[in-house]
Amino acid sequence: MDLRVRALETVLSRKGYIDPAALDTLIDTYQTRIGPRNGARVVAKAWVDPAFKAWLLKDGTAAIASLGYSGRQGEHMVVLENTEAVHHLVVCTLCSCYPWPVLGLPPTWYKSAPYRSRAVREPRSVLAEFGLHLPDSTEVRVWDSTAEVRYLVLPRRPAGSEGLGEEALAALVTRDSMIGVGEARAPSAEGQGPLSAQASAASAPASAAPSSTSSR
Amino acid sequence: MSRASVPPAPYVSRADLGGQRGHGRVVGAEGPEHEGDLWHAPWEPKALALTLAMGATGSWNLDMSRAARETLPGYARLSYYEIWVHALERLLAERGLVNARELREGCVRQPPRPVARVPQAADVAAALARGSPTGRPAEAPPRFAVGDVVRTYAGEVPHHTRLPRYARGRRGVVVAHHGAHVFADAHASGRGEMPRHLYTVRFEGRELWPEAADASEASRMSVGIDAWEPYLEPASALDREARREPSRAGGPD
Repeated sequence: MDLRVRALETVLSRKGYIDPAALDTLIDTYQTRIGPRNGARVVAKAWVDPAFKAWLLKDGTAAIASLGYSGRQGEHMVVLENTEAVHHLVVCTLCSCYPWPVLGLPPTWYKSAPYRSRAVREPRSVLAEFGLHLPDSTEVRVWDSTAEVRYLVLPRRPAGSEGLGEEALAALVTRDSMIGVGEARAPSAEGQGPLSAQASAASAPASAAPSSTSSR
Repeated sequence: MSRASVPPAPYVSRADLGGQRGHGRVVGAEGPEHEGDLWHAPWEPKALALTLAMGATGSWNLDMSRAARETLPGYARLSYYEIWVHALERLLAERGLVNARELREGCVRQPPRPVARVPQAADVAAALARGSPTGRPAEAPPRFAVGDVVRTYAGEVPHHTRLPRYARGRRGVVVAHHGAHVFADAHASGRGEMPRHLYTVRFEGRELWPEAADASEASRMSVGIDAWEPYLEPASALDREARREPSRAGGPD
């Protein structure tokens, strides 16, 4: 595939159909500027600002745009609030529609045949694979993104997060919780979840140090 | 010679996976990928960027891209970005923008054809922030309102459609009206935007999966889809007909 994509890029740029610099800008945008931290800021603001939350649930597109997130694959946003009684889950069974301005590019599992086939048929079993076991009393509502409406789940604010500021709250909001396959992290579990790769890489030398000291 | 994307008949979408059995687990032993894991091969970022950049030249629309992808014969065995690359090559070849030899050799063999625009790096941020909203002025008043009980079209659709098979011929309730939107079925086959009212319709799990082995799972869930008006009939009228019989031939438009 590597050679095939290189050939394609060469032909398209030599024919003048594309600006090679635009390709780099596009890649950089989705690597550094447009990703799930945008959605996390939306969620954190909704948790602390009741007026914003009401606006977000009524007109998701406008409320999200007020924070600077808009455009491609998020032109028509609907926000779904998870509660104890109702749990929302988002899928695209026909392709891989996903709210890019707030979540960035979709993870591989979201685009995979297992998720797309099973989410609309056995959502509880799918959620269980993500470690989310909902009580029988919770109703599951699955939303299949079949048109240009894009869905963002507003996860429940975790217990113990009272008094935290928006930035600290946003760090608790995982990508998976905004798709509906997970919940926001509890404050005590910080370091788990989406940032755990970085966190464990950083903590590995630190945890190795005491043990080497004690072995002496 | 038509330059529109018309895959050979019969139209077969290989992407309509909702409800299919046998695809296995979603989450592997290593758990879901981390938020920062965007790419799984070095060529994938370029595949994304080339697809977005060529899409912005105006040589085809998003629904034509989806049609090109979902009808790829190798759909089931290709990875996500492989599907994107194969479909991009196909769209380019169908429109005479690039020929097969050029793709094979990576050399220019025929002069370029004109494209509507060539987006520059400086335009990228504004173009992405603008997106391509699909809301349009309505050509007629909406036929349905929130709370209405509807039944979806039940037959085969001989072209690109966004009405998944698992939700065909099913009874649901309109839970939202989004105004008129570009109608994907028409837009994908070069018949223009044909704006139609768009609704969110919610189906009970037991309506979709009456044969579900785990009846308790189906009874505590629902599925919503976004459905254009031509996909829908009032349930009261359709229910007089034989259930899940096609109400007319030729697709929901």
